[in-house]
Amino acid sequence: MKFTRARGVGLLGIFIAIVLIFAVNNSLGNKITEKSKIQSIWDFTSTIRIPDSANMKVDPKAPPVAAIELPTMITISLICGALVIAGGTLIAKNPERGWVAPYMSSVIALGFFSILLWAVANNSVDLSDTLSRVVRLGTPIAIGALAGIVCERSGVVNIGIEGMMLTAACFGYAAAAISARAIYGDALPESAVRGVVWMPLIIGILGAIVTGGMMAALHAWLSIRFKVDQVISGTVINIMAVGITGFTRTNFLLKFESPLRTGLPQMPLGPLADIPLLGPILFDHKPITYLMILMVFGLNFFLFRTVWGLRTRAIGEHPKAADTVGINVNRMRYRNVIIGGMIAGVAGAWFSLEGSFGFDDGMTSGQGFISLAAMIFGKWNPIGAFGGSLLFSSADALQLKVQAYSFDLPSQFMQMLPYVVTLIVLAGVIGRARPPAASGKVYEK
Amino acid sequence: MANEQQAPAETKKPAEAKPTKRSLPWLSEAIVPLLAILTAVLIGAVIVFISIPSNKLPAFDLSLYGSRSDWFFSTLPERLRVTLSAFTGLFSGAFGDWSKPSTIPGAISNTLVESTPYILAGLAVAVTFKAGLFNVGAEGQLLMGALGSVAVAAFMPQWFGVASIPAIIHLPAALLAGVLAGAMWGIIPGYLRAKTGAHEVITTIMLNYIALQIMDYLINGVMKDKSATLQRTPFIHENAALPRIISKATDPSLTGGQAYPRLFTTTSSTWDLRIHMGIIIAFVMVGFIWWLMNRTPKGFEIKTVGENPEAARYAGMNITGTVVGAMGISGALAGLAGTSQVVGLEYNLKAVFSSGLGFDSLAIALLAKSNPIAIVPAALFWGALRTGAGAMQINTGISINLINIIQALVIMFIAADQIVRWIYRIKQAEGGKITFNRSWGK
Repeated sequence: MKFTRARGVGLLGIFIAIVLIFAVNNSLGNKITEKSKIQSIWDFTSTIRIPDSANMKVDPKAPPVAAIELPTMITISLICGALVIAGGTLIAKNPERGWVAPYMSSVIALGFFSILLWAVANNSVDLSDTLSRVVRLGTPIAIGALAGIVCERSGVVNIGIEGMMLTAACFGYAAAAISARAIYGDALPESAVRGVVWMPLIIGILGAIVTGGMMAALHAWLSIRFKVDQVISGTVINIMAVGITGFTRTNFLLKFESPLRTGLPQMPLGPLADIPLLGPILFDHKPITYLMILMVFGLNFFLFRTVWGLRTRAIGEHPKAADTVGINVNRMRYRNVIIGGMIAGVAGAWFSLEGSFGFDDGMTSGQGFISLAAMIFGKWNPIGAFGGSLLFSSADALQLKVQAYSFDLPSQFMQMLPYVVTLIVLAGVIGRARPPAASGKVYEK
Repeated sequence: MANEQQAPAETKKPAEAKPTKRSLPWLSEAIVPLLAILTAVLIGAVIVFISIPSNKLPAFDLSLYGSRSDWFFSTLPERLRVTLSAFTGLFSGAFGDWSKPSTIPGAISNTLVESTPYILAGLAVAVTFKAGLFNVGAEGQLLMGALGSVAVAAFMPQWFGVASIPAIIHLPAALLAGVLAGAMWGIIPGYLRAKTGAHEVITTIMLNYIALQIMDYLINGVMKDKSATLQRTPFIHENAALPRIISKATDPSLTGGQAYPRLFTTTSSTWDLRIHMGIIIAFVMVGFIWWLMNRTPKGFEIKTVGENPEAARYAGMNITGTVVGAMGISGALAGLAGTSQVVGLEYNLKAVFSSGLGFDSLAIALLAKSNPIAIVPAALFWGALRTGAGAMQINTGISINLINIIQALVIMFIAADQIVRWIYRIKQAEGGKITFNRSWGK
């Protein structure tokens, strides 16, 4: 029997399922006490609540739309059993293509679901809140992945997305803080103290976009004009971002007092946000999250339905042919890398203006690299990359969610989950992924 | 190294051989890196000049100066003075204040101590550059090395239920544990790269974050010193410590009762130096890697795989083995860097251990053009820069992050040497351009 990727992934899935079942068994066994009146591990139930979003605003204690009680141990056993059977099938059949990514996604998704059930054994969890976190935390990863797609589809590897995001986060926040002070002076006007002042926040987002574009221009200049290896050029961007933002933060931002206190506000979309389950997940977010969803579908349209998209794909796959029909390859690459940087700038704005308000050193914490993994997972397709982003962000959402419960796994292991998942997915999926043919190659006439 | 490869070709056509290249080959190799450093430092000076913290300058006052630009221009001499003091601060931090000779040994020893992990980690990255890999994971490999060595150095007697283990066993065991832990953290991305095509830049960065969490877990868990308020491991056993070269005897009340070894003990505080045997190990490793890369078939294989994987495959070389091996050697060297910090300098492992050493070592390897011998001056330069930066921050209030900007500029100018050549009108050398295995997939 030959060891192939499909078999490897199947084996890994079986291993994860078996470890999970033993860990849960062990952990719940330790939780049985005299007080809780629980006799055996089969008595634990995990309750999943779907709150009534419409009535919650009037009465926070409104009864949920649904409260599903799942027997913890039985559900997890069934899930793990299914994963083992599917993994066994993968090993036995050894399919050529098409089954590795779906199996891997379901191992991760169902594994996360089991960990959630495990954490809330004898407790309850709010499902709509958990899933809405997944979308929220997936926002910067998805936007970063889009930035990567624009660059790589036109043939430039962009490993500097992390740095572009970080710089954009820093200067986006600086632009918001400084413009707020320039417009309003030391204190916000009475009318704005409770509300949101839009003007500086919009200037902040624009500042972030411009910053991202400038960093990308440097990347383009180095890798197109000077033909620097694109990985090195991206690394230059990443290191420079750490220096510039750290320098700006200690020398200016820490001393600068801005009247602005809050970032972008929550914007529920009217009655849509009141739909149970779906409302909080899709229609009750902050502005950049909506923008992300628009950008995903927008880029999908532009990339596959417009002249610009066709040309972009052409110079990424076969620049020579594109040149022959009169497309200026390098000018197009310049433009697309800068557009990509501006998109990464939006992701940067998410960190300092939406996710939290303010700037910290290294606040992007590797999300730029995770978004590259999401891009590869989605095979350089915007919608696929969006799916990949949700997969990665669910690790982060799960990690934050279980902190509220007394959970057996050490928090450090939960915190390394996004990185471990990225590692596994990259190793398992990438061989099947085919990057744009000319990606990473300098174009010379 | 590029010289050696070019040298035979040049001897064959003596008529056209350039005289400058023959007389001082190392100078023509070094000129671009030196100018790159110079340019980066000059840009750093401009940044300092513009962004001097306001408490070092006369405050802006609308009644005294007509506008902000008038204020900027009337403070020019003051700005120039602060900028210069930043660089004199940088120098005296790294090499001592030459008007006070007693500060010189301490400063130079600090620079050498700072350079020790840079030499080892720079070597680590250089080996992978040779194999066409871009190892951004020196940071994580270094952390794992530090963890491995501290586990053995602090806890090994406990495992065997004895009070102490002779230094002849304990010290090598601690070093070996660090090296193996680092190598393991290098082999994982190497194997993933060779077998699945997962790009080492992303996998090594993910492993850096994972290593950080593992360290956090161990330092707060099984390896925590229960008696300490700080998050740190217990002090390592004195038999597992690398001796300092010349220093005062340790004060056991500060080191948990351990008396760490010194080659020469002194009572003078001028000669109370932190320099330890780690630097000797680093120099030995430089020689070893030079020998490995230039005098052994393994080194030849690594270089061939890096320069032309297709040719290596046709020649029947084991690509997987070479990639995994190069990453393993790299991880081992980075692990040794972490180990020497633990058993030579810190004597325990704190939650804040390494600060961006991974990226620094990338810069050093690029600066040295992956030449093992050239790693030494590059690392010494970097050590001096880092040591001096601390003093600079105290003297002028300029953030230490300036060094990170200079570092990125140095990498940029080295990688895009056309910029430097264009600025200083230097002719293009043949070859010598750095490229990596580029595609994401296999």
